Amino acid sequence: MSAAVLAASTVLADPVTSTGGGETFLFWVGSIISVLGALGLIFSKKAVHAALCLCAVMICLALFYMAQGAVFLGIVQIVVYTGAIMMLFLFVMMLIGVDAAESLTESIRGQRWSAVLVAVLFGAILLGVFAHAQLGSFAGTDAANAAAGGNVPSLAHVLFAKYYWAFEVSSAVLITSALGAMVLAHRERVTARKTQPELAADRFKRYAKDPTVIVTPLPSPGVYAQHNAVDIPALLPDGSPSELSVNATLRAHGEPRDIRPLPVPLPRVGSNGLNGGGPSSDHSEEVGA
Amino acid sequence: MNPANYLYLSAILFTLGALGVLVRRNAIVVFMCVELMLNASNLAFVTFSRMHGKLDGQVIAFFTMVVAAAEVVVGLAIIITVFRTRRSASVDDANLLKY
Repeated sequence: MSAAVLAASTVLADPVTSTGGGETFLFWVGSIISVLGALGLIFSKKAVHAALCLCAVMICLALFYMAQGAVFLGIVQIVVYTGAIMMLFLFVMMLIGVDAAESLTESIRGQRWSAVLVAVLFGAILLGVFAHAQLGSFAGTDAANAAAGGNVPSLAHVLFAKYYWAFEVSSAVLITSALGAMVLAHRERVTARKTQPELAADRFKRYAKDPTVIVTPLPSPGVYAQHNAVDIPALLPDGSPSELSVNATLRAHGEPRDIRPLPVPLPRVGSNGLNGGGPSSDHSEEVGA
Repeated sequence: MNPANYLYLSAILFTLGALGVLVRRNAIVVFMCVELMLNASNLAFVTFSRMHGKLDGQVIAFFTMVVAAAEVVVGLAIIITVFRTRRSASVDDANLLKY
């Protein structure tokens, strides 16, 4: 069996100057998707859309790693990058507000166009360097992967023998960064937390100075059985929606839900028990008209 | 297809990431563009590993991921701290060190 593996590895270890048809197809499809994703990351207005574009790029890159023989790295790319790091980005977006609008005014005149010019020149230099480099033929990773019986054992041999010192230092880096994040995110409480009676007393003190302050609980959203979502405003007795019933954060998100398509209960003519005392005045108006 | 095309792709992605860092103002998006640059360099490392037939490039890509994870944790904590005090995630507003 080892002879077969050796024979296969010698066949596979031949220098590669052209990939197979499957990898060619994967490359062109994946490269188009990843470049479009990178452009979407730059041009999308909302930060969440940018994060999704970046996820697409990362998944394409993971496929490229696997196609190039770095199977374990491809899996780690998906688990660590698209799983953990992008999740962290989305959490922070949730914390600091998705609607944090980006100012489009330039603080430095002509900065945007000069940045585009610099990027185009930089990209041209980079591509020119790769085009003029003596790249030669590709040895392929199959022989290196087969050396210890697979991609993961071979990587372990390199990582824990040749790069063990860098491995130890990287653990120190991770611990330091975790401590740093805790120090930065920790907030010292400088005043004592107010109790509920103190909050109520404050509210009534403000009410004594300014009668528009609301001291009662705010109306709760969602009066209809078919639409009791938190972004549906409650209806006041006259049928108008109450803005107070919807959370300010949800209102700031934009596109407030409209209650007009919902059926507003009409006063029933001639009934006095079911709808309470309210409709009687409407009834008299109808009679008067 | 010549495998060197992966190198051209990584150069294009790196350039797009750098362009995003230069033109965007939202600190989180700037940070994601930095991540894109790191990913592009990782692709180049993996391609060079295939070119030389050694696994060193893949190990270096692992270390890049470790450093990227540490950087993301600290950077996002800094963004949150700046947002708490200034109520803004724009890189233009954090300019106190200038004076």
